[in-house]
Amino acid sequence: MSTCPQHIIEYMHEYLDGDISREHEQVLKQHLKTCTACQKHMHQLSDAVAFIKSAAQITAPPHFEEKVMKRLPRPKNRLGIQNWLRRHPFLVAAAMFILFMSATLFGSFNDDKFSVTKQPNLVVEGQTVIVPEGEVVKGDIVVKNGDIVVEGEVDGNVIVINGEYMASTAVVTGQIHEIDQVFEWVWYEVKRMTKDFLALFENGKD
Amino acid sequence: MDALVKKRIKQVLKGDQNAFADIVSLYQHKLYQICYRMLGNKQEAEDIAQEAFVRAYINLHTFDPKRKFSTWLYRIATNLCIDRIRKKKPDYYLDAEVDGTDGLNMYSHIANDDQLPEDAALQMEFQERIQHEISKLPEKYRTVIVLKYIEECSLQEISEILDLPLGTVKTRIHRGREALRKQLNEL
Repeated sequence: MSTCPQHIIEYMHEYLDGDISREHEQVLKQHLKTCTACQKHMHQLSDAVAFIKSAAQITAPPHFEEKVMKRLPRPKNRLGIQNWLRRHPFLVAAAMFILFMSATLFGSFNDDKFSVTKQPNLVVEGQTVIVPEGEVVKGDIVVKNGDIVVEGEVDGNVIVINGEYMASTAVVTGQIHEIDQVFEWVWYEVKRMTKDFLALFENGKD
Repeated sequence: MDALVKKRIKQVLKGDQNAFADIVSLYQHKLYQICYRMLGNKQEAEDIAQEAFVRAYINLHTFDPKRKFSTWLYRIATNLCIDRIRKKKPDYYLDAEVDGTDGLNMYSHIANDDQLPEDAALQMEFQERIQHEISKLPEKYRTVIVLKYIEECSLQEISEILDLPLGTVKTRIHRGREALRKQLNEL
């Protein structure tokens, strides 16, 4: 074999790689027909390939996936939420606002003590507030968990929460609100707060 | 499979860590096999294969989705294996005869953690010998032979995995085959 041209062995490898040209293949075949040493070499190479290829397919040990997942760095997930919070500060603020608002509002709505705005010349009889005939009340009247009877005059708004407004020939210069449902109560409170809030700005401008 | 992998990669990049479990599940056997064939040791192979997945996870944003994911993943694993092999130049070879024993080598000192029935013993010995011959190959040739004949990668893929020109890959495979032929016919 030492007398054989070196390129014959090159051709053997080209053949084993599966990218041998037609001419090279012809040269190789012709040579192998006459040279037993090269035949032997070719066989040994093919056997080596077959030997390696007969290696059994190996599978990963049990719980491999779990172990990998445990080794992954943790922070990514938590960072996701933090990033989200950081990216949407307005939504977060709004959510917090609504949370606290509803908590306080429901709290105050559910408290069912009778109460009324203190105004001179108002008469309270049990849970009924009376604006006596011939009297003029200056300012708003808010009645909670009670009724109001207006026989005189009110120079302002009358607001009744969880109660009834009764009037015959009364004169009320402002608006009259009767609120007896939670949602109305919330809506009323929100409107009031917004008004106060806007008033704050308007005052600022002056 | 490629479409699924790409979908999972996107999910992981968006912060869904659990989506990575599917990627591990799909490639665990292939990746473990490369590591085992390269290192010839189960504990080390498991450690390096896990490390390769962790690195893939950390560096996932650098993966170019136009390319094949397996190529990228194999590259991480082969690099880790090569590093490991180079770091621990062995002070002794497993098949070297132990002093004062008669024909006993280091293999007989390694506890076999696979409990196989007797009739599998013959097959076991043959498989052990294959791994033994692979481990005897110089690292340069071992890598290409493992990728070519055990993972059945194409020459082009091997060239991408190892970041070597196609010509170099071919030369290494030729030399690897010659080395193996010599090893097998010395006996």
